[in-house]
Amino acid sequence: MASIHGLKPSRAGIRGSRRRALALHASLITGVLLSAFPFYWAVVMSTHTSSEIFSYPPKLLPGTHFPDNVRSLFDAVDFFGSMANSLLVATTVTFLVLLFDSLAAFVFAKFAFPGKRLLFGLLMLIFMVPMQLQAIPQFVIMARLGWIGSMTALIVPAAANAFGIFWMRQYMKSAIHDELLDASRIDGANFLRQYWHVALPVVRPGLAFLAIFTFMGQWNDYAWPLIALTDPDNVTLQVALSQLNGTHGTTDYGMVMTGALLALVPLLIVFAIGARQIIGDLGKGAIK
Amino acid sequence: MATVPALEKPPVVMTEIPAVQPRKGFRRYWHLYAAISPFYLLFLAFGLIPVGFSLYLSFHRWDGLGSMEWAGLSQYRYLVGDGDFWQSIGTTVVIWALATFPMIFLAMVTAVMLNSAVRFKNAYRVAFFLPNVTSVVAVAIVFGSVFSTNFGLVNALLQAVGLDQVAWLNTPWGIKIAIATLMTWQWTGYNAIIFLAGLQTVPGELYEAARIDGAGPVQTFLRVTLPLLRPTLLFVLVVSTVTGLQSFSEPQVLLQNTANESAFSGGPGHSGRTMVLYFFQQTFDNNDFGYGAAVAWGIFLVVVLFSIINWRLLQRRDEA
Repeated sequence: MASIHGLKPSRAGIRGSRRRALALHASLITGVLLSAFPFYWAVVMSTHTSSEIFSYPPKLLPGTHFPDNVRSLFDAVDFFGSMANSLLVATTVTFLVLLFDSLAAFVFAKFAFPGKRLLFGLLMLIFMVPMQLQAIPQFVIMARLGWIGSMTALIVPAAANAFGIFWMRQYMKSAIHDELLDASRIDGANFLRQYWHVALPVVRPGLAFLAIFTFMGQWNDYAWPLIALTDPDNVTLQVALSQLNGTHGTTDYGMVMTGALLALVPLLIVFAIGARQIIGDLGKGAIK
Repeated sequence: MATVPALEKPPVVMTEIPAVQPRKGFRRYWHLYAAISPFYLLFLAFGLIPVGFSLYLSFHRWDGLGSMEWAGLSQYRYLVGDGDFWQSIGTTVVIWALATFPMIFLAMVTAVMLNSAVRFKNAYRVAFFLPNVTSVVAVAIVFGSVFSTNFGLVNALLQAVGLDQVAWLNTPWGIKIAIATLMTWQWTGYNAIIFLAGLQTVPGELYEAARIDGAGPVQTFLRVTLPLLRPTLLFVLVVSTVTGLQSFSEPQVLLQNTANESAFSGGPGHSGRTMVLYFFQQTFDNNDFGYGAAVAWGIFLVVVLFSIINWRLLQRRDEA
C-alpha cells in the first residue's frame, strides 16, 4: 500500500502491516469458527447417546453412536419418504420458476406493449404482500380444490414469482443485446425462437443463480408446508424434522440432531455446486 | 402537469388509429401477454383473490366450516384492545432489535475486514455465507440444544466459569435472546456479503485521499465508507425489517417443546410469541378465520409503518 506514494516502505512499516494482516486474518477466522460452530455441534450431538448428552461436563468431541442414531431416526420417521417429497417439490418448482420467470422477464426486458408499465408496477407491489394475508384464503381455496395434504398445494402457488421475474429482467436488460434480437427478427425468428435461441443461451449464468436460489428456498420452506400438509405421514423434510423435534426433542436429542444434520446434506451439495455463482450475484442484485 | 399532454393526445389517437385497431393491437401483442400470463394467473388465483378475500373475511366471523357471519368492524375493534396482540408486537420488535442491530454491526465489520483482506477472500465469503444456506428448522433444533437449561452448552460454559445458570428457554429475556442469537448467526454472513458488494463500489482514490489527509481507520470508515454505503445500508435495513418483523419459524421450532398448550404459543408466558405466531395460533389453532384475517392486516400495517420509519430516518440523514 505504502508504495503507492512512491515512498520506499520502511522495515517498521512492513512489520506493522504484517502484524495488521495477521490480526485481520485472526478476526476473520474467529468469525468463520463462529459460523461453523453449530455445524460442528450438530456433528458432536448426533454421534452421542442421550445419556452422554445429558451428562456434565458436555461432550466436546464427536462420539461413536452415529450409526445407532441413524437407525433410530429411520425407525421414528419416514426420512427418505419426506426427503423424496422435498426433492419433488423443490425440483418441480425450480423448473417451473425458471421457465415462467425467464419468459416473463424476457418480455419485460426487451419488448414494448400496451399496459407494460402498469403490469410491471403491479409486479413490484406483489413483492410487498406478506404471506399471512394470503394464508387463510389460500388454505380455503386449496381445500376446495382438494389439494390440501398433497404436494400440489406447495408446487402450484410457487410456480412463478415476482422476485425471479424482477431479477431476471435486470439481468436480461444488459445481457441480451438488441442488435442480436434485431438480427434474428430479420432472419425470420418468431418470439419463441428468439427466447429459446437468442435469449436463453446468453443468460445461462443468471438462470443458474435463480435455480439455486429457488431450490434452496423451496427446500427450506416451512410455514406454508406446516399448514398445508395435513397428513402427518406425507410431509416435506422440514415438517418431518419439526415433528421429530416435537415428539422426541426432549428425550432423544442425538437422534433428532442426526435428522437435522442429514437434512442438510442435499442442500450443502447444491450450495457446493453453485456457491461462487450465488455469492457473486447476491451482491450484484443489492447494489443495482 | 399531467393534464396538458392528456388534453393534446386524444385527437391524435382518434385520427390516426381506426376503431378496429385495439383488436388488431392485441392480436399483434398476444404472444407477449401469453408469455407473462402464468405469473399473473397464479397471482390472481393465489395472491390477489386471497388478499381481497382476507379483507372480506376480516369483517366476518367464520370457523372455516360453517357459514360466515357479518361482524362489521368488531374484529378490528377487538384487535385494538387485544392485550395479547400488543404483547406480540412488543415481543416481535424486541427480538427484531436484539437481532438486527448486532447483526448489521457485525456484518459491516466483517465486510470491511473482507474488503481489506487480499488472500482467501473467496473462501471466507463461502464460509460466512454457509449459515444462511441451512434451514431454519435444523438450525433451531441445534440452537435449542445450545440454549437448553439442563445440558446446554451456554449453561455449561456459565457453570465452568462459576456463574449461575440461566433457564434460557423458560424466561422472557432468555427466550428473546436465544431467538435473536439464532437470527444474528444466520444472517450476519449474508449481509456481510451484501455490504462487501457495496464497499467494492467505493473508489480506491477516496481512501487514498483520506489517508493523505491524515484520517485514521475509524475516521475513514465514518467519513468516507459509511456515507457511500448508505444505499446498501438502507437495502439491508429494509429487508431485515420486513423479514424480521415476520419471524415465525425460529420461535416456532425453538419453543415448540416448551409450549404447554399449542405449537404456536411461543413458550412459557408467550414470551416468544411473535406477531406471525399469534396469527397462526388464532387462525389454525382456534379456527378463528375472521379474527385471524384481522390480525394479518394488523401485522401488515405494523410492517409497513416500520418500513416507512426506516426509510425516513435514512433519507433525512441524506439531506443533512
